[in-house]
Amino acid sequence: MFKTHYKLERNSVALALGIIVVSGIGGLVEIAPLFTIDETVEETQDMRTYTPLELMGRNIYISEGCYACHSQMVRTLRNEVERYGPYSLAVESKYDHPHLWGSKRTGPDLARVGAKYSDAWHVAHLINPRDVVPTSIMPKYGWLAKTPLEMKDLSLHLKAQQRVGVPYTDEQVENATADAYAQATPESAGQDGVLERYGEATNVRAFDGDPKTVTQMDALVAYLQIIGQLTQVPYADNNSEKKGE
Amino acid sequence: MMAQLTSSERQNIIAIGLAILIGGFTLAILGRNDILGIHALLFVAAGGLAIIVGARNLYKPEPSEDRSQSYYDDPSKVGIFLALIWGIFGMFIGDWIAWLMAFPDMTFSEGWSSFGRLRPSHTTGVIFGFGGNALIATSFHVVQRTSRARLPSQVLPWFVLWGYNLFCLLGVTGYFMGITQSREYAEPEWYADIWLVIVWVSYFGLYIWTLARRKEPHIYVSNWYYMAFILVVAVLHIVNNLAVPLSWGSAKSYSLFSGVQDAMTQWWYGHNAVAFFLTAGFLGMMYYYLPKRAQRPIYSYRMSIISFWGITFFYMWAGSHHLHYTALPHWVQNLGMSFSVMLLVPSWASAGNALMTLNGAWHRVRDDAVLRFMMVAAIFYGLSTFEGSFMAIRPVNSLSHYTDWTVGHVHSGALGWVAMIVFGSFYALVPWLWKRKSMYSARLIEVHFWLALAGTVVYVFALWNAGIIQGLMWRTYNDGGTLAYSFMESVDAMRPYYVARGIGGLLFLTGTILCLYNVWMTTRMATETDTESVDQSVATLQPAE
Ligand code: HEC
Ligand code: HEM
Repeated sequence: MFKTHYKLERNSVALALGIIVVSGIGGLVEIAPLFTIDETVEETQDMRTYTPLELMGRNIYISEGCYACHSQMVRTLRNEVERYGPYSLAVESKYDHPHLWGSKRTGPDLARVGAKYSDAWHVAHLINPRDVVPTSIMPKYGWLAKTPLEMKDLSLHLKAQQRVGVPYTDEQVENATADAYAQATPESAGQDGVLERYGEATNVRAFDGDPKTVTQMDALVAYLQIIGQLTQVPYADNNSEKKGE
Repeated sequence: MMAQLTSSERQNIIAIGLAILIGGFTLAILGRNDILGIHALLFVAAGGLAIIVGARNLYKPEPSEDRSQSYYDDPSKVGIFLALIWGIFGMFIGDWIAWLMAFPDMTFSEGWSSFGRLRPSHTTGVIFGFGGNALIATSFHVVQRTSRARLPSQVLPWFVLWGYNLFCLLGVTGYFMGITQSREYAEPEWYADIWLVIVWVSYFGLYIWTLARRKEPHIYVSNWYYMAFILVVAVLHIVNNLAVPLSWGSAKSYSLFSGVQDAMTQWWYGHNAVAFFLTAGFLGMMYYYLPKRAQRPIYSYRMSIISFWGITFFYMWAGSHHLHYTALPHWVQNLGMSFSVMLLVPSWASAGNALMTLNGAWHRVRDDAVLRFMMVAAIFYGLSTFEGSFMAIRPVNSLSHYTDWTVGHVHSGALGWVAMIVFGSFYALVPWLWKRKSMYSARLIEVHFWLALAGTVVYVFALWNAGIIQGLMWRTYNDGGTLAYSFMESVDAMRPYYVARGIGGLLFLTGTILCLYNVWMTTRMATETDTESVDQSVATLQPAE
């Protein structure tokens, strides 16, 4: 063995190829089957895609680095299920490009935060967390409420999502900007369109409390309220009984 | 510095500058309605700068002919300074966010300075800015010495060095503006990623070209590691960053993969960024500078072969230990756990090899702070790889994951291993490169050593405590069978440890500033001609057989 190596280390190209082959195996064996084995991601009937407004909220979550302090992955451990709610299923992040499972809990897990608090709570909390939770160490995000949401290229966003495999219809792509506006502006003409395209259960509200302008705060709160709510499968009886290890 | 370039090389610089300028302009025009339009101006500025530098020196006299008899070290010299400047920037941000976790309002009210945007600036600044520049600078030095061949081009090394720094700058300025892919250690967006591919391919080309011209029959161990670092990082980078941008004129892209596949790809990358960037590359550094400084050959040639291939093979399986108890299928979690444990063997073989090399030179370790930096690095490398294998075991991970224990573990490797081996190697290398008798101040090295060691120990102990307390509080039950602590109680319990970490970080940062000062003062000392021979001889490098 050491003799062979003696030869190998005299040939730079062979050495380089050796490195590529030897290092390539692990990734291939672990990643490729995830795309082909059906059981990897559960089947659901009721899974919906993010609305354009929620998607933009998700992008703000990414830009602001919320993922650096918050996970979105309840592990299959009893104490986590009791603290946060049913453990996360693979299917829940099926449309998440990229995933936001996170790796650090400076703040609590957010996988079950949707519909947990009122919009007003989130807005107050994001503007100054210490107004709501006195010893919180979360940053303030006051500018979100003052910054209008950039909405003109929303169709491009949905189109790119289509390209990476999210099943948006062409109708949803075309109406993306109008739908984002309507979802944050209740009683507007576009409201029915949103409900028709994304389902009756879609939240249509002035998330930041101000129906006049659509702000980044609207988008972010719309997103926070839908986390863990795209499908109801995790909350079904047979799942909540599985309490974790 | 330009004096060494021939006029055709100066023309090449202008041509490359022009290409970057045109590319940058195109991107800026395509992205004029997007934040990309502003960001692309960095390319324009970089291209413009290259043109100006090339043009101003175009008619300078041709260099003297005998330069092919010597090594080409200017890029290494600049790389050392860039590494230290990035290091100070990155560690400053690191310490800032450390304090922010205790006093969240210690920042400005604008978005750029909020925790979530500063944190990736810290990781990019220290890993890529500090670590990456140190790797590039030392790899250029090592490959020439161990091959007894001069770098084959005088333009390509500059392209690699400055191109790489442009990537780091694109990353950090992007985060400040909210541009990020959210993939840990791969935050820069698609256009920066494509740019890095170009730079990286040039880096590999340069490396293999230099090796091809070597006068030594054997490729020295350090070069195996540097090569693994370059090659595997290329593969990881390309696969992990596959994404679809909204358009050629938009900074935003969506990752090609989603959910569980995306998470696995990201951590396959993330863990091996640690393995091949923060470990393999720095092992290459250690295998050259430690034996050189100790003036002893590497203890065991066979051990270095086993550990090299062990690391190259096993590491790539270990990424899934970042996803224990998640929605990732069990079989992948178990593979990740098993290989992580096996990884301890090649890791300790490397650390042991390094420490055994010092055996018999302990008196030198005692007297020489530079060698002590390297010894402590090897020890911390051994400690953190042991800890890593331990944390990869599922039940242990159920406690440690998501807590500050992980961050403590990361920094025992990052401060104790990566930064220490860099400092040790720089202190050895700088007098050789600039042909000085020694560093400007041995006392300052001594002070730096103790600051760095104290900073690391304070940081790591504080966060071990923090993490374990946090993990236990999350899982403790009352007698009545309900959870004993609210999440906020666990946050409140962290404060003293976060303050301690802030202090530890400040010590470490101070040490790095001293290092920059010491290096700077060394370059201003008088030249000493006969030190050259130490740097030129490869005699002590032959592995023991
Ligand atoms: C420095 C780390 C940090 C960052 C960055 C951060 N948070 Fe938090 N977050 C916390 C902490 C700590 C708590 C718990 C105390 C509290 O409720 O304020 C928390 C709590 C929360 C909660 C309440 C969760 C619950 O179940 O009670 C929400 C919602 C939230 N954060 C959203 C966000 C969003 C959205 C962002 C990005 C815009 C963000 N956080 C960024 C640390 C952070
Ligand atoms: C002055 C020295 C340093 C200080 C004060 C510091 C501080 C910090 C802080 C506060 C965090 C965020 C932790 C969290 O979110 O809980 C962090 C993360 C990180 N730092 Fe540092 N750091 C320092 C040096 C370094 C160096 C030199 C490196 C690498 C070479 C490094 C690599 C990292 C990495 C990889 C992370 C992410 C950890 C994770 O995701 O678990 N740091 N650092």
